[in-house]
Amino acid sequence: MNGIFMLTFTPSDYEAIGLSAKVAFSATLLSLPFGFFMAYLITYCTFRGKMLVEVLINLPLTLPPVVIGYFLLLLLGKNGWLGRLFEAVGIRLIFTWKAAVIASAVVGFPLMVRSIRLGMEAIDLQLIQASRTLGAHWYDALLTVILPLSLSGIFAGSSLMFARSLGEFGATIIVAGNIPGVTQTIPLAIYDYANSPNSENMALSLCFISVILSLIVLIFHEIIGRKLVRRI
Amino acid sequence: MELRVNVEKRFIDAAMAFDFKVAGERIGLFGESGSGKSTLAGMLAGLVQPDKGEIFLDEECIFSRSRRINIPPERRRISIVFQQSSLFPHLSVKSNLLYGFRRCSPEYRTIDFATLVDVLKLEKILQRGVNNLSGGEKQRVSLGRAVLANPRLLLMDEPLSALDDVLKFQIIPYLKSVSEHFKIPYFFISHSLVEMRLMADQILVVASGHIAETTTAEQLARTRMGQSPIGYINLIRVTEPRRHEGLFAYRWGNGDLLISAGNDQAEALFELSSKDIILCKQHPEAISARNLLTCTVLNTFVSGNRIGVELACGGERLMAEIVEQAAIELGITAGCKLYAAIKAAAFRRLG
Repeated sequence: MNGIFMLTFTPSDYEAIGLSAKVAFSATLLSLPFGFFMAYLITYCTFRGKMLVEVLINLPLTLPPVVIGYFLLLLLGKNGWLGRLFEAVGIRLIFTWKAAVIASAVVGFPLMVRSIRLGMEAIDLQLIQASRTLGAHWYDALLTVILPLSLSGIFAGSSLMFARSLGEFGATIIVAGNIPGVTQTIPLAIYDYANSPNSENMALSLCFISVILSLIVLIFHEIIGRKLVRRI
Repeated sequence: MELRVNVEKRFIDAAMAFDFKVAGERIGLFGESGSGKSTLAGMLAGLVQPDKGEIFLDEECIFSRSRRINIPPERRRISIVFQQSSLFPHLSVKSNLLYGFRRCSPEYRTIDFATLVDVLKLEKILQRGVNNLSGGEKQRVSLGRAVLANPRLLLMDEPLSALDDVLKFQIIPYLKSVSEHFKIPYFFISHSLVEMRLMADQILVVASGHIAETTTAEQLARTRMGQSPIGYINLIRVTEPRRHEGLFAYRWGNGDLLISAGNDQAEALFELSSKDIILCKQHPEAISARNLLTCTVLNTFVSGNRIGVELACGGERLMAEIVEQAAIELGITAGCKLYAAIKAAAFRRLG
């Protein structure tokens, strides 16, 4: 790279930026109900095998993303049981942007559950007990007490999940491939540029966008988080 | 309200077995911290499940392990006022108050919102968030929320413990309104004998996870007087304050009391320990105590290593305690005349 760094984007870079945002947003949205349910289960329910469930939820944190991607490939591929199930209803997942969403959702899931769980654990148990003795069924207490008081945790989990999805590489490349305009997200495009001669400027431009997006998400996360804490 | 309880609950480090039957409107659950009072309240409300046994409220079985009956908390119609008020922080005062009311079946709605707001004097804070309320306001809202759920039994679990003394006695009239105004029977849970005497008629004494005794607040105070470092607490209600020689003179019974911790409010409540009363057989010639009351001994009783002396003073009653030797020397018997000397500083203002 010679001289001054200039932001340079190709049409496929714009597609990669758009796809990254779409994948991260979809993965966050997809994980949210499951994450909330698992956090509720772990925080408030006592059952046999609870520790195993916790370990399984946190497993993606310690597994290499490539390993997760490979398992997803086996599961969602043509011969995988879930893949066959989707094929039967005419949905193909492997090497589509939907596969990238699933990969991001699986990798970021523990972060979301952990944050929501922390939010739920901070709720005074007597508030839930009070709501029950005031006539609220468990689902009523869940919607009117636990959900609103977990908002800061939900928001923190969603932001972390979104940010993590923006940077997801290992599992995505295995299960969705690196097809420009179809499954190529920002990290995959940077990977391509890093392996091509004379593409430093383009790679740096995408790195810059990556940093900006992450900063926006984290700043937003801090602002909303503080507002919610003040409210509660 | 009639309650029949026969339950057992085992924890890792404690076992509880409650077996009692009680009927009344103002029942106290008295005991030291950790004795099992709150666990019992939790079992009544359906928040803690007993290991075995049965609970009947007004002849309805709300829990029976053997018959597999366990009515969930939301259908028991037993509300709780907690020590820490436990108001929903994301809701306004009004929304907190209406939380239980909206979930109460219309057939049970005998207490309406406007009456409650009026009785508990909540009008000015209805639109406020609960985080900006004072301790006393929070407890009034918490009480209102529980009452508006129109319960058939209200459990007040140490609702005054988190408040300072002045606030505590400002809240008590509101707590009493539960029974007096709204006609809801309640269980008042506390480790304070003074609170018990103000709030409850019948007392269940809880000790080490079981009901050790069923008694009245007055009887309990007398029994414990001898062992208690603060003695028997006389609750003195006085009126018509006026300033006198740097003190406050209050009307009490047919006479006056001189009190140093007074103020200009028309009515006041003071506590006076039985240990702070000096009894004399004859009128002392000169004495520094500002109050010298002529009394008649109503009765005497033994409490630990002390003798309790119940006195009639100008239409009011007073409890003093002395050691046995003093009782012999003074020749105290029922009906004899005595003088009770009390320092003006011995009275502690409650409300």
